[in-house]
Amino acid sequence: MSALRADLAKIAQQVPHGARVLDIGCGEGDLMDVLRRERNVDVRGLEIDPELVEKCVSRGLSVVQGDADHDLAGYPDASYDVAILSQTLQTAERPDYMLDQLLRVGRTAFVSFPNFASWRMRFSLLFHGRMPVTRHLPVSWYETQNIHHVTVDDFRQLIADKGVTVEGSWFFAGGREISGTNANWRAEHAVYQLSR
Amino acid sequence: MATALASDLNAITLGAPLALDSGKVLADVTLAYETYGELNADKSNAILICHALTGDQFVAKTHPLTGKPGWWERMVGPGKPIDTNQFHVICANVIGSCLGSTGPACPAEDGKPYGMRFPVITIRDMVRAQVALLDALGIGTLHAVVGGSMGGMQALSFAANFPGRTDRVLAIATTARHSAQNIAFHEVGRQAIMADPDWQGGNYYESAGNGPEKGLSVARMAAHITYLSEAGLTDKFGRRLQDRQEKSFGFDADFQIESYLRYQGLAFTTRFDANSYLYITRAMDYFDLAEEHGGLLADAFRDAGDTRFCVVSFDTDWLYPTAESRNVVHALNAVAAPVSFVELSAPYGHDSFLLECPALDRVIKGFIG
Repeated sequence: MSALRADLAKIAQQVPHGARVLDIGCGEGDLMDVLRRERNVDVRGLEIDPELVEKCVSRGLSVVQGDADHDLAGYPDASYDVAILSQTLQTAERPDYMLDQLLRVGRTAFVSFPNFASWRMRFSLLFHGRMPVTRHLPVSWYETQNIHHVTVDDFRQLIADKGVTVEGSWFFAGGREISGTNANWRAEHAVYQLSR
Repeated sequence: MATALASDLNAITLGAPLALDSGKVLADVTLAYETYGELNADKSNAILICHALTGDQFVAKTHPLTGKPGWWERMVGPGKPIDTNQFHVICANVIGSCLGSTGPACPAEDGKPYGMRFPVITIRDMVRAQVALLDALGIGTLHAVVGGSMGGMQALSFAANFPGRTDRVLAIATTARHSAQNIAFHEVGRQAIMADPDWQGGNYYESAGNGPEKGLSVARMAAHITYLSEAGLTDKFGRRLQDRQEKSFGFDADFQIESYLRYQGLAFTTRFDANSYLYITRAMDYFDLAEEHGGLLADAFRDAGDTRFCVVSFDTDWLYPTAESRNVVHALNAVAAPVSFVELSAPYGHDSFLLECPALDRVIKGFIG
């Protein structure tokens, strides 16, 4: 699984063998492909970009083109063992609603997101006074799809408010896993495993 | 009226009569079909292609009446996205049509053409006939059923009514039910045919002349507009004049689009039977896969949960818009069928599935595998 981004590789390791999995925002299907080959799971994808969907289909993956903000509502309750939302939460119209949908459709959910409070972001904003453009968030403010920037502490607050159970959490910086100590300051990406 | 030469046609007569949705029974059903590529030893590489309203079995062979290339030669053949070096492709003329399969132009028991005595058929009846053909050919499970437009309706109907007979279903630019707008356009076409005095209540086969050419031509002209897009028409024709510098202040085909439609309408009458057009458009209008299965589309696919589906729509197709495909995808999700769906961008409207669209080639090749 070394070819996968660190947060995706972590998710892939946690998915039980033979599970039914929905990968929301599956991109070109890299995670789906690993899950299919190495975890023997029945995996489906949802992706908004038609060119990425086309790539997935040409890899033999089952991917539906759609907008997670609206289309998750069409999936039956608990229709998947695992629902994965990687790097998509911060692009949602209403991330809180999307979390609800995620935990409705999947019995357990993995959510990964970039941490806007990592020290590089804070320094960049503090010293330059401009929206940070960093290695882990490389797109300018006017063209980024990230319309709801979120920090680790913001996320913790949201799931606490919703009464969601945290099954596990993992943090990453510089492409490597780091400890959870001071994660809101140190982590560039976070992965949470959640359940109701 | 166009009649194909029997010597050009490869056909089979079904052993058993065909019980129809109408309650009637069609005996001595002939299905004309063509195959492409070799069937492998365990008969596991067969793909059934279902043709659209005015299509035929000549997917990738020269049409015997028009001499034109097959209607999907860009998609089907050696090295093409549906590769006949790898797959055995079967395409049958649907019942009700006029290129060798049993239809209204064929003789009834009394030896005279059926005409309007031909029973009204449905999409499911067409599929029943195709399954009977597969039985006759000894093919148990298909690698895939593929179809665009009315062919896509047959592909969906196949999955719903014969689950387990195919591993994959590829439904392109199609719908699970005909909308009011779809029915409305078809009715315009049918009324044009029936308003032509040469239609004679459908009994024109033995009369002098060429049958209701004018009516059929107008029907085709109206339908042809629905297969295109406004942007496509503007791009191709705009307001350009046909072989003249100024408007004629008359009712000649001043505009290129008029000339084009008149040509398309007339050319159509040389290869298609007016009564077949009535029957097949009726079959499409009656198509409502949910209605056939108690009103809930998901129930239609209840036993097809192991079939892999791929649904494709085009952003400029206003005849079977993306919302119709999404409707199918939602139903398939509800039964947890492995489904892929993509809306492709192409400028040509509904006809995009027949025209140059490299993204469609990649999707089909990838899905068929």
